[in-house]
Amino acid sequence: MNAIVLPRASTGPRRLQRASLILVAVAFMLVFLLLPLAVVFTEALAKGVQTFIAAITQPEAWSSIRLTLLVAALVVPLNTVFGVVAAWAMARFTFRGKALLGALIDLPFAVSPVIAGLIYVLLFGAQGWFGPWLDAHGIRIIFAVPGLVLASMFVTLPFVARELIPLMQAQGSEDEQAARVLGANGWQMFFRVTLPNIRWALLYGVLLCNARAMGEFGAVSVVSGHIRGLTTTMPLEVEMRYNEYDYAGAFAVASLLALLALLTLAIKTLLEWRYGAELAARAPGGH
Amino acid sequence: MTLELSHLTRRFTDYPALDDVSLDIPPGEFLALLGPSGSGKTTLLRILAGLDYPESGSVRREGRDLLAIDARRRKVGLVFQHYALFRHLTVAENVAFGLRVRPWRARPKRADISARVERLLQRVQLQDMAKRYPAQLSGGQRQRVALARALAVEPDLLLLDEPFGALDAQVRVSLRRWLRELHDEFGLTTVFVTHDQEEALELADRVAVMNHGRIEQVGTPEAIYHDPATPFVCEFVGKVNRIAARCEGGKLVAGGLVLGADPWGGRHDTAIGYIRPEQLVVAAPDQGDGWSVRVRHAFRAGGMVHLGLDAAALGQVLEMDIFGGERAHDAWQQGACLRVRPRHVTVFPDEIEPTVAQTPEPRTVASATRPMAIGP
Repeated sequence: MNAIVLPRASTGPRRLQRASLILVAVAFMLVFLLLPLAVVFTEALAKGVQTFIAAITQPEAWSSIRLTLLVAALVVPLNTVFGVVAAWAMARFTFRGKALLGALIDLPFAVSPVIAGLIYVLLFGAQGWFGPWLDAHGIRIIFAVPGLVLASMFVTLPFVARELIPLMQAQGSEDEQAARVLGANGWQMFFRVTLPNIRWALLYGVLLCNARAMGEFGAVSVVSGHIRGLTTTMPLEVEMRYNEYDYAGAFAVASLLALLALLTLAIKTLLEWRYGAELAARAPGGH
Repeated sequence: MTLELSHLTRRFTDYPALDDVSLDIPPGEFLALLGPSGSGKTTLLRILAGLDYPESGSVRREGRDLLAIDARRRKVGLVFQHYALFRHLTVAENVAFGLRVRPWRARPKRADISARVERLLQRVQLQDMAKRYPAQLSGGQRQRVALARALAVEPDLLLLDEPFGALDAQVRVSLRRWLRELHDEFGLTTVFVTHDQEEALELADRVAVMNHGRIEQVGTPEAIYHDPATPFVCEFVGKVNRIAARCEGGKLVAGGLVLGADPWGGRHDTAIGYIRPEQLVVAAPDQGDGWSVRVRHAFRAGGMVHLGLDAAALGQVLEMDIFGGERAHDAWQQGACLRVRPRHVTVFPDEIEPTVAQTPEPRTVASATRPMAIGP
């Protein structure tokens, strides 16, 4: 009997350790992630489904949804292209000011988004550097959609580049050189070799970039001007309704925003699941 | 189709990777670039592949300037040290890559491509692996895929960067014999880079020994081994004993033993002699000449016996290799006393240190150091 009992006794504390660690992690997730998410949805539906539907079918709600999707649709592709270009430059070339470029890519992470918004107001606002000239030519940037796009771009600029740079540095350029010697031109090299090699990191960067572009509040708030139905994105709409004591409406829009985020996560999980086997087969194949 | 490399110079920020390198590579040759790391051999290979460019010098093929042709149009097959297989493509797709990226007009038909891929995979004995991914292959299999991929575009010139460097010893030996067969069968011109002198001597038609960005000697493996042109080649290729000698009265003397006549007619006072371990022989008892030595250690490896000999007259240890079957083993026990003499000594004047290749005038130095063989 002892022979059986002894090993159990020795694993006891270890099991306890493991259980408590898992418990802490799960409890933390519950309190700080799942609970707020649940509150958003319950509050949104607290006054009944009718109120919820009424809140999200208001024209202002619809326009904020459209605007959020429009901004994301412009910002994400632009920053994806920029991210790939910047990562390529950082990983493949040595040039003067490379460290500076690296620091600049990180700048949006370091600077408060409010400051990012203020910079654009100072540049393009009515009293800003280019304000009078823009005014004379009838171009509106601040308190209009272009300002929202610019501010969102600033804030989401590092996501794709930061995902790609370490990966591309680790992979090196031998695959690309091999493709060239085999006769591939620049585009073939990029689309047939480089892109497949970085696609998972790229996808992850794009999803993060998208989530932030749709959810950004600070920078967008400064340049938006809060013109209902014209320049309010979903996060701004939530805030405005909340400030007007329209809790049900605020939570209704918030729940839609949360749904968009969940959708993003679902797509990522789906892709990982779909290509999971393929990933597992290839991941160890360093080179 | 001779490839003419002339006066190639490539400088990295702090050191010259190639320093005035000239070399002719005739068609069908299997050439080894042999040298320690940092000797410039990989740089030379990358220049031939079009992945690097020299500051000065030219590479011509049939009179045309090869350097003016972009890497993708050079018709060169390159196998990287770590193979650089495309990890997201199957073995067959990897091999087909060079054909699929061709411009529409030059691209073979789909069926022709798969037929050629199949033939090549058969030739490298990987026909059952066509659908696998590189990560699912062993090192030797990956190397063969890389080779098939390079051969698929029917290159004029095959370049291999340390082709066996990442493989374990057993696979290495069988693969290199196989590679030599492949070279002969396809009628290729092959240049391969290696730091392993055994590999270079066994495989190549000619070996170019490189050091500090220069070619120290080009020649057949026999010439490189038996008639090394410089002290560096002597020491880098094969095992060798280095002894100090003096030129006295028209004779070359080391440790009291007359090696032969002074080859330089008294122009140098001291000299360095190189003796290969297998060129040392036990002197017959009735012959007086030879160094008295004591056996410090004796290792038997199959048919060979490797001896370490304390030579008091020279003040150093001599390495000696001898066939184990020839004489009584007892003579080679630890502590035994023998008389040995060299069958063949390669001598250089002492001025030149073996690793100093950057003497101001390499050509005159090379002629002055013309090795002299002394033997029976």
